[in-house]
Amino acid sequence: MESDRVPQDNISTLANHKKAIYATCETGAYGIVASSGWEVEEEVTRQALKELERLSHEAYLKVLSGEVSPLYFHMYDQRMDLQILAQTTGIFKWRLKRHFKPKVFAELSQKLLERHASALGLSVEGLCRLPNVCEESGV
Amino acid sequence: MSKQTFEHAHSAHCESGVMSLLLRHHGLPLSEAMVFGLSGALMFAYIPFVKLGGMPLIAYRRMPRAIIKGLQKNLGLEMKMQTFSDPQKGSQALDALVAQGRIVGVQSSVFWLPYFPPEMRFHFNAHNLIVYGKEGDEYLVSDPVFEAPMRCSEKALAKARFVKGVMAPKGLLYYPSKVPKTIDYETVIPKVIKKTAKAMLKTPVPVAGLSGIRALAKNIGKLEKKDRRYAKLFLGHIIRMQEEIGTGGAGFRFIYASFLQEAGTLLESSQLKEASQMMTVVGDQWREFALLIVKAIRSKKSQSIDFAALKTKLESVAAAEAEVYRKLLINFP
Repeated sequence: MESDRVPQDNISTLANHKKAIYATCETGAYGIVASSGWEVEEEVTRQALKELERLSHEAYLKVLSGEVSPLYFHMYDQRMDLQILAQTTGIFKWRLKRHFKPKVFAELSQKLLERHASALGLSVEGLCRLPNVCEESGV
Repeated sequence: MSKQTFEHAHSAHCESGVMSLLLRHHGLPLSEAMVFGLSGALMFAYIPFVKLGGMPLIAYRRMPRAIIKGLQKNLGLEMKMQTFSDPQKGSQALDALVAQGRIVGVQSSVFWLPYFPPEMRFHFNAHNLIVYGKEGDEYLVSDPVFEAPMRCSEKALAKARFVKGVMAPKGLLYYPSKVPKTIDYETVIPKVIKKTAKAMLKTPVPVAGLSGIRALAKNIGKLEKKDRRYAKLFLGHIIRMQEEIGTGGAGFRFIYASFLQEAGTLLESSQLKEASQMMTVVGDQWREFALLIVKAIRSKKSQSIDFAALKTKLESVAAAEAEVYRKLLINFP
């Protein structure tokens, strides 16, 4: 790619940062061009972010209806899934699935709650409740 | 080796950027592209049964840490690498090194680094950055994928260094302990190029190299039968691995072309310069492929997605890329 063809699309997913792209100048020599992004990558990043938001929103509604515990929402809200949460907490998936049950969750030991909270970067208090509004960014 | 003399530079990719900066700081000026090429890290991998975040593993390079390891093997460089089971010890070790005036490579998660904007924060644990100083309880961070140096609190960096899971960093710290004064390019360059070309052309299992690209093309052709939303997410995932994750554009193909060019100048080889131009064309084709995919993702429900066209395009990219490696193998038998 020639350096004057490096996209400078000011994409939102780079949040005003620039990324280094390799491109050739008029003489054909390679160098780094700081790019404000390509709309193609914005599209696919947005798509991934939207999917995470969708999962988090669905989880929020499920917790609200009493179907699952707040842990389920916070997992998606922190952009994780069952696999990542299992790896981060070191707790087996089948056990986590039990923790998604409101009744089981309500009786979890302080120690287990702390383990979940720490993996999700939350306080125990924050883990046990739903935020008032479903925050869009998820972070 | 004080922090005053350390210079940050903007790079495409975290691991090659960190290694280039570390080596430059220790008196061996190697560009990011040379670091990438000489480590032999160029690859393609598509492993459908290994899932990350619900999506199959797709990578345009070798595994994380392959650049560090490849450079040690190919250049006679020696690195001191330390991991920790106790986060507190890991933080103390980093502080001690920084206090000695060392600049230190650090592996971390992306998600827990506060200076990453929310739009870029995903659970990826094999990010690399440099800590080159500390002020109060803040580390001075040179993160090569950002234009300018950053700062990160002690607490946040500890969290990012000791996250558990796939490719867990385990607090990894690294710095060169023995840096070669010169590199015998005449020997090393042909050797690493040959190895890369061979691995791309001749990996027998259909998960890596060109057979990996062809396997991916085949599976794109089969997406027709899958749920439409999954199909679109899968297609988007390919392009994120190719363009969004710091690859310098076209899934490291442009960086590699830059390496071939620099190698061509060093060895005064017109063949290598030609191969560089060919690889640039291949990179442009990967970008065309990305453009086609985005058109498919944007298509409305009423429109059908031409998966067969995407498959054909990817197959033609694979064919063009194979030509580059064949040319390299002819010149470096």
